[in-house]
Amino acid sequence: MLTRTRTQAVAAFDDSAVSRAAGSTVRRRSRQWTAFAFLAPLVVYLAVFYAYPLYRNIDLSVHDYTPRAFVQGNPEFTGLDNYLDVVSDDTFLAALRNTALFTLGSIAVQYALGLVLAVFFHRNFRLSVVLRAMFLVPWLLPLIVSASTWSWMLNSDNGIVNTVLQAFGIGQINWLTSPDTSLLSVTVANIWLGIPFNLVILYAGLQNIPADLYEAAGLDGANSWQRFWRITFPLLRPVSAITLLLGLIYTLKVVDIIWIMTKGGPADASTTLATWSYREAFGTGQPDFSPAAAVGNLLILIAFTAGLAYVRLQRREET
Amino acid sequence: MKTWKTALGVVLVGLMLFPVYWMFNVSLTKTSDMRADPPHWFPWNPTFEGYTAALGQQLPALATSLFIGLGTVALTLVVALPAGYSLAKLRPRGARGIDFVLLVAQMIPAVVMAMGFYTIYIKLGMLNTVAGLIVADSTLAVPFAVLLFRAFMASIPRELMAAAQIDGASTWRTFRSIILPLSRNSVITVSLFAFLWAWSDFIFASTLNRNSDTIPITLGIYRYIGNNTTQWNSIMATAVIASIPAAFLLVLAQRYIAAGVTAGAVKD
Repeated sequence: MLTRTRTQAVAAFDDSAVSRAAGSTVRRRSRQWTAFAFLAPLVVYLAVFYAYPLYRNIDLSVHDYTPRAFVQGNPEFTGLDNYLDVVSDDTFLAALRNTALFTLGSIAVQYALGLVLAVFFHRNFRLSVVLRAMFLVPWLLPLIVSASTWSWMLNSDNGIVNTVLQAFGIGQINWLTSPDTSLLSVTVANIWLGIPFNLVILYAGLQNIPADLYEAAGLDGANSWQRFWRITFPLLRPVSAITLLLGLIYTLKVVDIIWIMTKGGPADASTTLATWSYREAFGTGQPDFSPAAAVGNLLILIAFTAGLAYVRLQRREET
Repeated sequence: MKTWKTALGVVLVGLMLFPVYWMFNVSLTKTSDMRADPPHWFPWNPTFEGYTAALGQQLPALATSLFIGLGTVALTLVVALPAGYSLAKLRPRGARGIDFVLLVAQMIPAVVMAMGFYTIYIKLGMLNTVAGLIVADSTLAVPFAVLLFRAFMASIPRELMAAAQIDGASTWRTFRSIILPLSRNSVITVSLFAFLWAWSDFIFASTLNRNSDTIPITLGIYRYIGNNTTQWNSIMATAVIASIPAAFLLVLAQRYIAAGVTAGAVKD
């Protein structure tokens, strides 16, 4: 996370002054204990509810956990076999491709639309505050609500989308039930869900660009197009980067919207790695945790790589 | 005046919120009109049969969701408030490690967490319990809450704490009497988000709670969709009711929402 370096520097300075005044290591040690006592609930929480489930997940992925082995507790150790099975599965390539299309398509369009809207709302106008607030609605609704509404809107026979398209002479499209369009449909719904988040963050970023830069550019005769590309866009880069990174991490994890709308179908046409993992573990009558855990761990690896790449990139820019 | 901007803004909002309007419209449509061609653009002839059905069947699920949401808020605050204080003001050793863990924690897909919890709960007999779901849902909010509290509490002037300490207040007393009251706004922000995430959760509910009799509203809607695909007015009526917390937040707590979304993402 972005650390507030200035505050920390002040704090460090403060600290040395205080401890010099106190002048005793005993006091400092007791302060460490107090600090840790306040932190303890979180540490225990992270260990029990994050580290342990994660450990269980790795454990699942290197054993052959059949439902029976689950109950008896004697699964066979299989090393990396589950990973090999998963990677050589026919679904893997399709899921990888769908994940890439779904994720990159979603964050690119969300970002572009969010930025356009943020610039649009940047200068206040009548009702701008209310209208901007209304844009948050999709993001606040429970996913099941949005997903089922989109499902009904995209229904082949009775959906409003097809009705409108028919008015323009376009024949019936089986949005959710045709392999050609199901991934597109869930991506569109996901873009709709993600616009508010992008709008809010980019809007806040815009507010931090000093207004006098625009005034100076205006005096120099820059038109609004030039002002956007020469001032707004370059100065917004750090905010853009974090928006895209968070978007990437969130979108990689998405299961619910896809599962509710298409269940990853038809025939894996909208199956991503996350939904595949969900289906293996919980989606069928036969829970198959071991491969599901392997897919899940691969997903964490991808997100983690993206995070690291971002940190490296940021560091290189700072130097 | 830039009237054209307002006009364009209204049109954009209209497009964006069309699905929400459609949910309303369908929730008021008669079952017999549901498959009319062309569909009714406006519920001229509204029916409340959808709402009657929804309330008749989903009231227990709504209560369960409310309880789970409040439980999640409580658990999140208990864990995150002292931790935020410690990280912001007490400088424990290993704070950097915690930062890193919190960052990584947010990258873990919910489905992975769900599998981990499933295997643990099956042993502890906590599958299909409300308590289990509260614990699982709190993992959605805790990393966010700690980071938000840390950022906010770091901005509380050190002099205030120093003054309390000179008066002889213990660290705990300082936390309770100085830090907590000053952090009111960030507590509201975190509570709202924790509640909303728990209320909206589908993945944990559909995995850890799927054979339960006490199901949250998200699972109620999901079962609805699975069971009777003809009753879209009832489904959409339930969806409208399930959206009430979101509407409430939007009207009454909008500034806290914006504060929450931007927290940690934008340097100030």
